[in-house]
Formats: sequence, C-alpha cells, structure tokens
Amino acid sequence: MSEHVRGHSSLGAYFAVFIALMFFTILTVVAAKTHLGIWNTPVALAIAATKATLVALIFMHLRSSPKLTALVVGSALLFLAILIIVTASDYFTRAWLPIYGR
Amino acid sequence: MADAHAAAPAAPPELRHHFVDLQAQREASSLGMWTFLVTEVLFFGGLFLAYSIYRGTYRVAFEGASNLLDLTLGTTNTIVLIVSSLTMALAVWASQQGRKNLITLFLVLTMILGAAFLGIKFVEWKEKFERHEVPGPHFVVPLNEETHQPLPKQSEMFFVLYFCMTGLHAAHMVIGLGILTWLLVKTRKNEFSARYNTPVDLAGLYWHFVDIIWIFLFPLFYLLGRHTL
Repeated sequence: MSEHVRGHSSLGAYFAVFIALMFFTILTVVAAKTHLGIWNTPVALAIAATKATLVALIFMHLRSSPKLTALVVGSALLFLAILIIVTASDYFTRAWLPIYGR
Repeated sequence: MADAHAAAPAAPPELRHHFVDLQAQREASSLGMWTFLVTEVLFFGGLFLAYSIYRGTYRVAFEGASNLLDLTLGTTNTIVLIVSSLTMALAVWASQQGRKNLITLFLVLTMILGAAFLGIKFVEWKEKFERHEVPGPHFVVPLNEETHQPLPKQSEMFFVLYFCMTGLHAAHMVIGLGILTWLLVKTRKNEFSARYNTPVDLAGLYWHFVDIIWIFLFPLFYLLGRHTL
C-alpha cells in the first residue's frame, strides 16, 4: 500500500468491467428466453450477483478499500440473508404441518 | 518527536482538525457512506423479500404479468444505466487527477444518461396507466400475452411491487441527479483537486449503488416469465 493510493482503479479496469456488464446484460436476456426449467431464476440471480460484484469491486473501489469497508458490506449481506431466510422459512413451510380446523 | 511535528507542513485547508491527515478523513467519509448504503440495502431488502414471498406464492400470475412489461425499453434502460455508471466512475477518476473540465464533462454525461433513464421509465409508466394496469380502483385484470385468457387476479400484486420498487428506485435516481447538480456547481467553483475530491467519490458510491439495485430489478421484473412465451 506504500505508493498505491487507496480507492483508485485504473482506466483499463473500468472499461473491462463496462464490457463485462454489457456482456452479462445480453447473456441474462438470452438465458431468460431459454427454457431452463427451475434454473431460470437461479441463473438470472447468479448473473445479477456477478454484475453487482463487479460494480462494487471496481466502480466502487471495494477491491482497494480498507478491510473495514469490506466488513461493513459483509454485514449488509448478512442481515439481508437473515431477513430473507428467516421469513421465507416461515412462509414456505406453513403447508408442511396439518393444522386442525383449517 | 517535537522536531518532526515542527517540521510538518501546514495542514491543508480541507483537513478538519480532528483527523490526523487527509487519508484518514477520506476513509472516515467513505466508511460513513458505505454504512448509509447498508441501511439502503435493508430498505430495498424488505421490498425484495415481499417480492420473493408473493412470487413464490402466485407464480403463474407473476410470470404472466411480467410478460406485459416492455422488454426492449427495460433492456435499453439497463444499458443506459450501465453506461452512466461508467461515466460516473470516469468522473471520479477525473476528480482524482484534479482535471476540472473532465469532471464537468463526465458529470454532465452521467446526468444526461440519468435523465434518459427517467424519461424511458416515464414512457413505460404512462403506458401502464393507459392500459389500466396500475393497481387500484381502475385496475383491469390483464390478458395473457399468449392465450388471451385473463391472468389470475393476483397479477395486481405484481404491479403493486413493480410500481413500489421501480418507483423507489426512480426516486433515488432523482435524488442522484440533484447530488450531481450540486457537484457540478462545486466543480465549476474549483472546489475539487487531486488532493480533495471526497464529495465526487461518495456521490459515485451512491450512483453505483442505485445501478446495483436496478441490476437486480431488471431480471426480477422484466425477465421473469420470458421462457414461458
């Protein structure tokens, strides 16, 4: 970290990410029009997550940020996961148990 | 150590006295912005959760209603927003070089693209109003694109989430345009230099975050049912 200034990315990296984002945008449209059975949504989300990661790492300089920033971002993902997993585990298991009178 | 202190150059005018140096000040500001973005993740997260639950419960209604959105306009808007993220990243880069005219150029480009996004969004929303696909008393259950049979009535819930989530996203874009206008004024007043450009950097974080939200909204709303066509 001596001479490398934190929070910077090179111009080449910006354009490479831009081209990758364009590629993934076309890919996700093509994938959505293809019959993938139950895999349509997981594929779409995986592509979206890849695009989001590229934006965060390069455009938002997360790659060259202090580790504390990465920890803060990780906490966002952790709490989002708790929010979704706990609620979904309630909603999508309600029909599993017979409830008398329903 | 007293000698070292005496030999230190005068503190730059941008440095607040409670920070050791500009780097510490910059990292504190950046961390504050990231913390705000964490709260934004959870703000949108509640809506993404509501979407997941309703979509899991009313799959056919959601897939059918999704196909009523204009894929060409949606894809165009995705590309517009990605280009605007590139120009915003370039504005931050230009500010790190302290090149005033380049910052201006890239900020203006980003604002034009942001405005174009909102314009396309307006066209899409207008069409939904004209076709009575806006939830509420005037909602008419739309027909399936393929079979021309009415969709399940829960398709209204799809449009509730569509308007809430793209509306909240569009509100963030409007705020973003306001922030960029403010940056443009500060840029022309020579307030940014290679040494001090934190506001441009933080506005960049916000703008890219709004782009990330759209990266998820696009497949979840526009692409959901395309394989059934």
